[in-house]
Amino acid sequence: MVKTVTEAALAVNEKLIIRKNRIKNGSGKKRLSIVTGIHGDELEGQYLAYMVGNYLTENIEYLDGTVDIYPALNPMGIDSITRGIPQFDLDMNRIFPGSKDGTMMEKICAAIIDDIDGSDICVDVHASNIFLKELPQIRISVPTAETLIPYAKMLNVDLIWVHESATVLESTLAHSLNTRGTKTLVVEMGVGMRITKEYGVQLFNGILNLMKKTGMWKGEAEEAREPVISLNREVGFVNSDAAGIFVPCAEFGDHVKKGDHIGDVLDPLTGRVAAEISAVCDGMIFTLREYPIVYGGSLLARILMPSGAEKGADGE
Amino acid sequence: MKKEIIYSLKSPYRESLDVTGFSFGGGKKSLAVVGAMRGNEVQQMYVCSQLIQELKKLERRGEIAKDREILVIPCVNYYSMNIGKRFWAMDNTDINRMFPGYGLGETTQRIADGVFSGLRGYEYGIQLASFYQQGNFLPHVKMMDTGFTDSELMRKFGMQFGIVRTPRPYDTTTLNYNWQVWETKAFSIYTNATDTIDVKSAQSAVEAIMRFMAEEGIITHKVHAGYNTEIIYESSIEQIHSEAAGIFVSMTETGSFVEENDILGKIVNPLDGETESVIKADFAGIVYFEYNTPLINENTVCFKIIKD
Repeated sequence: MVKTVTEAALAVNEKLIIRKNRIKNGSGKKRLSIVTGIHGDELEGQYLAYMVGNYLTENIEYLDGTVDIYPALNPMGIDSITRGIPQFDLDMNRIFPGSKDGTMMEKICAAIIDDIDGSDICVDVHASNIFLKELPQIRISVPTAETLIPYAKMLNVDLIWVHESATVLESTLAHSLNTRGTKTLVVEMGVGMRITKEYGVQLFNGILNLMKKTGMWKGEAEEAREPVISLNREVGFVNSDAAGIFVPCAEFGDHVKKGDHIGDVLDPLTGRVAAEISAVCDGMIFTLREYPIVYGGSLLARILMPSGAEKGADGE
Repeated sequence: MKKEIIYSLKSPYRESLDVTGFSFGGGKKSLAVVGAMRGNEVQQMYVCSQLIQELKKLERRGEIAKDREILVIPCVNYYSMNIGKRFWAMDNTDINRMFPGYGLGETTQRIADGVFSGLRGYEYGIQLASFYQQGNFLPHVKMMDTGFTDSELMRKFGMQFGIVRTPRPYDTTTLNYNWQVWETKAFSIYTNATDTIDVKSAQSAVEAIMRFMAEEGIITHKVHAGYNTEIIYESSIEQIHSEAAGIFVSMTETGSFVEENDILGKIVNPLDGETESVIKADFAGIVYFEYNTPLINENTVCFKIIKD
């Protein structure tokens, strides 16, 4: 059943409405929330929302509990291909938990948090931006790692990246919900403004597996793949020091050695190679630049280094 | 006056971005002033340009104190200014959300790092700042409350109001916040314009900075007295939210004294012109902020009042 989570009047003859689809069956009390579309240029979660909604509705007899699907927390952003909130120049994922007494968007954020709060698990699906392509991964801050990693492993992703928490990230939806005790997992996959069907299917299988493992799903579910977990591993960042167009020669997911040639920054005006790009460490490329134009500083790739023992064997 | 490139960034298709600084005097790093970090901050750049004019005169007359150096960076992000964008055009990131920066990081992190390297070590720092919120503000000076903030210093600018802001998580990546972390006493000055030039307001900002420099002995030039600054906490400023959406009509202006129940404005239906909401003052005070865009959504801050 489609429900209105919250709404606010826009200037001319229209309301901003945040909607969710509630799918419920059986006597189970567990609730899973799937949210996506905080950033208007990240569309990977749209296909997942469709798949989950469609499959659960078609196979409702296997569901024992409640699944809430929030496909568009920032509907105006999605509608206008705008990452943030159009008109406000604000990143919606920097104003949570919002405020009941605040401005329009603060009130909306507070209402969203209140609505999701109490879910047993929340999965917040992001794509990358338009610049980078990401292997399906879950990002978890260090303080929540112990609680969340067991659930993250059920979601059929390739990587669980446990990272240090920055103060600025305290304003995210996931941080706000985790602080309230609602276990929230942040998925990053694919690239901005596109749908990568295979990743949607991969995460859909993960969602079913998570539901099965937590007692919400009585039907079939594929076992999740074993993700690489970044604990005790370093992430190598490859940033461009030159300006030009980046043309990679390595593939997404490749295992590379430090110093391996992974691409070039080229100068279209002079026809010269502005910089040869090498891997900064051994490991697996889990982020690769998709948008070719680069400045000094543009991120080209992220490489997950092997665990400590393997790194030592390489002499680093 | 010395003109120097504080930070340079190569572009694939344009001339290099050369962030340029103008320094006056010499010796102890006393004051750094930064103007536009966003592409629409034309007024902020203009204030700096006018300050440079004044500092040139002072230097010619020998009125910059001995062993005192002043640095002015009028415009960091002129790349965006030249193409009508507010943030860094390639990825829409805000340089003033990237401090202290990271020299090996993303492009705007590198710009922030390069600029911040040139700004560290000054005793005082002033940023000509602008708001995210659309509207007219009463000109004021602001400090971020980082626990070791001496808000009384704001009196030396002689502006009508000095405002203390309690930082939110997103403030921790601004220039002002990081200046303070690096032990520079940092202020933000807000005039009442951003993407247009208000000459009178810009002149007031220049005078306020000159007054501060005179009070601190950075310049020996005499500057006439300003306001007896009232210091207030930002959290004590009352907000009035719109109770309807439509066309916003203001019936007051910033700086006006209003009494309780005075009508401040109204919201009319954009299609049939019916009045949807009359906005009244809940208490007496000075109008500190006024929304200035014709269309308004529900629950938008349309006025802020400093209580009498």
